[in-house]
Amino acid sequence: MDRHQGGETIGITIKTLPEEELFTSGHTACGGCGAPIVVRAAMKILGPNTVTYFPACCLLVFGGTYPHNAFKVPYLHVLFENSAICAAGIKQALNKQGKEDVNVVAFAGDGGTGDIGFQALSGAAERNEDILYICYDNEAYMNTGIQRSGSTPFGAWTTTTPAGTKIGGKELFKKDIPKIMMAHNVPYVATASVGHPADMLRKIEKAKNMKGFRYLQIFAPCPTGWRMDTAKTVEVAKKAVNSGMWTLFEMVDGVITLSVKPKMEPVDDYLKMQGRFRHLTDEQIKIIQGWAYKKNEMDLKFVEAFSEDKKE
Amino acid sequence: MVKRVVTGNYAAAFAAMLARVDVIAAYPITPQTFIVEHLSEFVNDGLLDSAFMRCESEHSAMSACVAASATGVRTYTATASQGLALMHEVLFIAGSAHLPVVMPVVNRTVAGPIGIWAEHNDTMPQRDTGWMQVYVEDNQEVMDMTIQAFKIAEDKRVLLPIMVCLDAFILSHTVEPVDFPDQDKVDKFLPPYRPDHAVLDPKDPMIIGSFSPPEYIQEVRYQTDETMRNALEVVEEVNAEWAKEFGRDYGGLIEEYKTEGADAILITLGTVTSTARDIVDEYRAAGKKVGLVKLRFFRPYPTEAIRKVASKCKAIGVYDRAVSFSAGGPSWIEARNALYGYTIPVINVLAGLGGRDVTEPDIRLMFDKVLEAAEKGEAENEIVWIGTRGVKP
Ligand SMILES: Cc1ncc(C[n+]2csc(CCOP(=O)(O)OP(=O)(O)O)c2C)c(N)n1
Ligand code: SF4
Ligand SMILES: [Mg+2]
Repeated sequence: MDRHQGGETIGITIKTLPEEELFTSGHTACGGCGAPIVVRAAMKILGPNTVTYFPACCLLVFGGTYPHNAFKVPYLHVLFENSAICAAGIKQALNKQGKEDVNVVAFAGDGGTGDIGFQALSGAAERNEDILYICYDNEAYMNTGIQRSGSTPFGAWTTTTPAGTKIGGKELFKKDIPKIMMAHNVPYVATASVGHPADMLRKIEKAKNMKGFRYLQIFAPCPTGWRMDTAKTVEVAKKAVNSGMWTLFEMVDGVITLSVKPKMEPVDDYLKMQGRFRHLTDEQIKIIQGWAYKKNEMDLKFVEAFSEDKKE
Repeated sequence: MVKRVVTGNYAAAFAAMLARVDVIAAYPITPQTFIVEHLSEFVNDGLLDSAFMRCESEHSAMSACVAASATGVRTYTATASQGLALMHEVLFIAGSAHLPVVMPVVNRTVAGPIGIWAEHNDTMPQRDTGWMQVYVEDNQEVMDMTIQAFKIAEDKRVLLPIMVCLDAFILSHTVEPVDFPDQDKVDKFLPPYRPDHAVLDPKDPMIIGSFSPPEYIQEVRYQTDETMRNALEVVEEVNAEWAKEFGRDYGGLIEEYKTEGADAILITLGTVTSTARDIVDEYRAAGKKVGLVKLRFFRPYPTEAIRKVASKCKAIGVYDRAVSFSAGGPSWIEARNALYGYTIPVINVLAGLGGRDVTEPDIRLMFDKVLEAAEKGEAENEIVWIGTRGVKP
């Protein structure tokens, strides 16, 4: 059974993006940060009739320290690990007051989403709460000073996976949160990237116009934590997709489509742009390359298995 | 008014319906489960028109209540023991953001070892979260205080969340005759909640929970403290109004029983109070000058009321169903703080932890200890464990 209605887009593009800024300049994110790109675009699309929620994460801090604030819409912060349920609580309470038309969105980091916040996220998804959940994935706990998360890729340096003389970076692989979300059979799950803005805008707009639980995970480089040039955010994000380190797809009511076919360029270029991978041995780079190939192969099979023609 | 024979859990659930709560979010735990089940029945039978969020944990249930309350609606949840411990982190937000969530807590021992019977070591450790706490004695009081709780919590001078604490099984699962207040009278007593301090609405954007530097947080603490103090007065007012409208007077912050002319007064909280009342009657009949104070509100703490009691007796005993290790029972610690500078002995009697029955002989022993202290002007032991294997009381 289809669990959603809507999903129509008028086709917002970079050119037709509303001019009104609801997430304004003056926020204090580091130069080149990917997260505010996500938030700014999403707020333009969602519009003023929106209530937002943020957990503890970089966004909470750069979005405004009391009495300053970069948002022109209401927001609530409660804690780190309860974004999905707080958004759901807001939505249910607004509905109760007859304010059904208000968009409720939670923006959260990868740690607040896939690690400590996963219980509340999974619960809200299972109950098909009518919210939009946007995870900006910068692959570590940045707000607390670059510690590894479940989303941190293999080999990456973080302050809790240091490039030591015995062990060089993270020994485990990136957790595939979007696929876990797909397994919840929610109306909409998609991945996006700040390196592919047109695709990102389309997905945000589509998600906005649907009902039920909608999950978007957007790849958003963190130059500070990734030890990279602040001018290369978009380039790095593009390379992640082109090398198969990050895959763009979407699932609408159980049908999965690939948004961009990975070119499967060698991962070397992507890794070389970031200091967090500087210490990697050839052996480790080979492991990452192998992971990317394998992931790509699995993703293609997955997309094939859940394609439109397979839906009876 | 209709009289029905119901459990404490039923009274707690029915009171939520009478209060016309907008959003309920809850998670089951023994011995609170029946509250969630009854509410589910009310919703599914079309009797209760609330958004009902069947969450995946208490952490989420409390988060949902906090978030919903932040939009300006009336919210309710209920829990016990481990569930309350899991909520701990979220409780502070309700207190500091002035969100008047109402929550019956069925007092149950917190592991370990795991058990399901009455102890106050779930609610007592939450005393500094900015929540009010009222401890009740019977199922009528569960009903009445759950309704009053909304009125106290939503008062503009207070705006703080509140726990209605009822002892596991002794109330939660035991049936007693309860007067069910009429809906129209409750509606008159408790008008709809219409806040202006916390309303998430795009038409008038407001930010709640902003990251805040030291320049601002201390004032937030002061305000929570101040409004908690304001609640002392509001509790009394609401009690008086309830007494007038519904004919039941609980005494407000504390209830005194035969304290006039008493040399030895025992301060109890929760269900032990009923047994203690009987023992007071028995001792008085035998010419022993004892009296009883039922401590109803633990937060706000009724310092002045306790001082007044102390100024008319020779010794005080404070009963606790929880212990702060190496320091004594929490209610006793509070009473001693209130009575700093008073010269009468104030002793602590601990019994019933983990849900052990507190029997009539136990309570006689408590009064005997306080009488002895009153006579001697001092106590041999300040902290007395009663009914503990291998420990001399
Ligand atoms: C219960 C709890 N544990 C730990 C923290 C500390 N903490 C705050 S933000 C954060 C990391 C956030 O990482 P992520 O969600 O990925 O967002 P980012 O900062 O990377 O944007 C941590 C560990 C907290 N606030 N609450
Ligand atoms: S630390 Fe990273 S994620 Fe956080 S504001 Fe700076 S660039 Fe953005
Ligand atoms: Mg992160």
